[in-house]
Amino acid sequence: MKPARLPAALWLSSGLLLALLYLLPHSAGLFAWLFPEVERPLYTQDSFANLVLAHLLLVLASSLIAVLGGVAAGLLASRPAGREFRPLLDSVLAISQALPPVAVLAIAAPLIGFGEWPALIALVLYGLLPVTQGTLAGLASVPDSVLEVARGLGMGRWRILWQVELPLAAPVLLAGVRTSVVINIGTAAIASTVGARTLGLPIIVGLSGFNTAYVLQGALLVALLAIVADQCFDWLAHRLSPHVGVEH
Amino acid sequence: MTMLELKAVNKFFNGWQAVADVDLQVAAGELAVLIGTSGSGKSTTLKMINRLIEPDSGSIRLAGEDIRSQPPEVLRRRIGYAIQSVGLFPHWTVEQNIAAVPSLLKWPKARIRERVVELLELLHLPAAQYLSRYPHQLSGGQQQRVGVARALAADPEVLLMDEPFGALDPVTRGTLQQELLRIQALSGKTIVLVTHDIDEALLLGQRIVLMDKGRVVQQGSAQDFLLHPASDFVRDFVGQSDVGVRLLGLDTVASRMRPLQPVSGEPIAASATLREALSAFVARRVSSLPVIDAQGQPAGVLHFADLLPVAA
Amino acid sequence: MRLYSRVRLLLVLLSLAAALGLPLLTYAPNRLLTGQGIALLDLLQGGSGLRWLVLLPVLPLLLAPWWRPAVLRERLVYLAALWLGAALWWLAGSEATLRAGGEDALARVSFGGGFWLLQLLLLLQLAEALQVLAGGLPRRVLLLLLAQLPLLWLLLSGRLDSLSLLREYHNNQDAFDDALLRHLQLVLFSVLPALLLGGALGVWAYRSARFARLLFPVLNVLQTIPSIALFGLLIGPLAWLGRQLPGLGIAGVGLAPALLALSLYALLPVVRGTLAGLQQVPPAVREAARGMGMTPWQIMLQVETPLALPVFLSGLRITAVQAVGLAAVAALIGAGGFGAIMFQGLSASALDQVLLGVLPVLLLALLVDVAFRLLIARLKGADDHA
Repeated sequence: MKPARLPAALWLSSGLLLALLYLLPHSAGLFAWLFPEVERPLYTQDSFANLVLAHLLLVLASSLIAVLGGVAAGLLASRPAGREFRPLLDSVLAISQALPPVAVLAIAAPLIGFGEWPALIALVLYGLLPVTQGTLAGLASVPDSVLEVARGLGMGRWRILWQVELPLAAPVLLAGVRTSVVINIGTAAIASTVGARTLGLPIIVGLSGFNTAYVLQGALLVALLAIVADQCFDWLAHRLSPHVGVEH
Repeated sequence: MTMLELKAVNKFFNGWQAVADVDLQVAAGELAVLIGTSGSGKSTTLKMINRLIEPDSGSIRLAGEDIRSQPPEVLRRRIGYAIQSVGLFPHWTVEQNIAAVPSLLKWPKARIRERVVELLELLHLPAAQYLSRYPHQLSGGQQQRVGVARALAADPEVLLMDEPFGALDPVTRGTLQQELLRIQALSGKTIVLVTHDIDEALLLGQRIVLMDKGRVVQQGSAQDFLLHPASDFVRDFVGQSDVGVRLLGLDTVASRMRPLQPVSGEPIAASATLREALSAFVARRVSSLPVIDAQGQPAGVLHFADLLPVAA
Repeated sequence: MRLYSRVRLLLVLLSLAAALGLPLLTYAPNRLLTGQGIALLDLLQGGSGLRWLVLLPVLPLLLAPWWRPAVLRERLVYLAALWLGAALWWLAGSEATLRAGGEDALARVSFGGGFWLLQLLLLLQLAEALQVLAGGLPRRVLLLLLAQLPLLWLLLSGRLDSLSLLREYHNNQDAFDDALLRHLQLVLFSVLPALLLGGALGVWAYRSARFARLLFPVLNVLQTIPSIALFGLLIGPLAWLGRQLPGLGIAGVGLAPALLALSLYALLPVVRGTLAGLQQVPPAVREAARGMGMTPWQIMLQVETPLALPVFLSGLRITAVQAVGLAAVAALIGAGGFGAIMFQGLSASALDQVLLGVLPVLLLALLVDVAFRLLIARLKGADDHA
């Protein structure tokens, strides 16, 4: 294992996010100067820290469910017992690939009601797709020769799955999770249009009230949050695959 | 003692017969080579021995015991397995790879480490340098050495090898072939090796089994194949025009050299094959060569005429 | 009885659950009230015996899991799924006419969750049958489109006009047509510039590894920023630019920032596709072309471009499909398009208006996706692997 040193980009982006969270409540003067036409230049209906927490909670909860479900579906369809479901799964994936996340959200809201629930369900549904694809692609990337030898050495089916297939599939699988989480951070922001309390709230409130300062404050935080998450996965991916490292 | 015994083994894939009525016996400590073109059923036969493929009919016995009498995983841990594409686990170090089967068998940690180091030394990979490397940091030849070490790790009763040297360059292949012979002489392992390379078969095989369309066409020693091919197919496979040269490859200089006589010129090793000696005669345009032993001391002389066997 | 297809059994069980457990339609006294569910069984008992007859083809679908696999089975499943899909639309349409017919009726009959779920499951039945019935992608698409003909006839003959969705459409026809035009503009005028710029950047990145190392982190960050945030971040600078350069039509909200943001999003997949396409041209082919005396331009035009095209188009497919969806979000900054209808519906909690915005986006995305897949399959000249 390589030392657990965080890369500069992750330090920078997460530092920026924390600094912004700390400074924003004190920056009414700055925004008043930037946007002189706006009456109340600082979003104060809710604290930014609370919004970030609520946003993260929604994304984490939905991603957790999506990861569990997506990995399970991918595993099932790649086992001999579930192989006959593979074409069905491929059809579902092909259809849902064309679904824009915002459409899932918009359909879920009126059916389920407004608030956090439609947001959660839409995020889960949309998050499933990249995870399932990542799992399938990751498992398919494990060389046949490695599997043959694993069997030839006398490893059992579960041991092969845990010790060989999943570790080797992990980088591609993780890339799927990364896509899923990053997209969900964005979709969670849009979810404030259906009444979920997230970082999208200042943006939506700002857009409908012509308050560009609100929009900028929300947008900065959402953008940084997504970048920090992306960088975290980048770092995780490097740590997870020492065998494809470039040292020596 | 018979280590491996296949009796009337058949295997069909979608109605196509891959292996047809194969009977085969391999004695303990014997190195048997299965040879044939691709699709001849040789790999299928090999994989039925460790139950990676289950035969449709017939019986296979390992050390007198039907291989179906125990779970496949348990059987496989008693049998070493190495393949052409090596299949090292890319996310494990060399040490973890070699320790795979001993770990499965729950050997104590100290014993595993000892065994890994011993095997690395046996295969000329200094342990200190290689233990913690990952497969992608090794050359093709080194990877296959680790693959062979992994197959040998738990001291299996039988070693199965599926074209283990097929993907290597000729020089590396030659070195590893010699090492396999050395390891086999040292450990007395029963080995079944699959190849499509007739020279490899003649070099390694104490018993050669030629397969075609799922059937055994001929089995016997290298001499049998070169001197008494059972059919035109065998004759073609062995390489009709090169039979003489290949026969020379089966004997060493030591077996034909004469007692010491002073001859000048560049010497040849007593352990070299007569085939190499022939090459030396022609290349150096001489009719006699001084022979030296393993210690580099003069041991005798070989004349060109000595290449011809004494009339029986 | 032997179970031959667990896939079909799963689909049948899910369909039964959807048909019996979820409302097929909803009925509301007026547009803004939440509807009450109407179950499939109520529907069947409500009308004439004809309604039961219509659902007769359910039998082959129910029996299919236990049926020995054969071409005949797939043909019957295809026909049954086609028939049932259309029958559900017809049922919905006739029930709507019954309960909410007449020009000025206030009552609304809309689709329930069961309707959409059943349609999706029937579509999957079709797809499963087509695995066997149609070899290549073109035939599969053709047969899928063929299965939609009954729906087209129902629509054109006005038999669905009393449904709330269609009412919503007739009431907003002008807005709908505008939205369609605007949505297409948004997609076209963001993908085209990205295509040109991205292609050029991709070729450059292929030529210079150093440039690629600089370019990709930037593009990655751009792609990572959520759409709504990127739109928001562009408002300020563009508004400022509009004030500095009046008369150019630049503004913080509206078409300009939307097109800019959508183009930026489109860049990464295009660049990636260009680079990947060029990289997978075998070096031997390039060397052979050089060896026979082709100039760099000839190699580019006659060798590299055709060989890189399929991979490049795969990148473009992702870009275009993504743009269709993102364009819907652009409505938040006043760029119009189907997103506008959708968000209006959301704020009014009018599901059918939301659907009027969402369904065209879905259809458009699927159409773009299929069109590119067909093109790529054709270029590859081989059977599809989709």
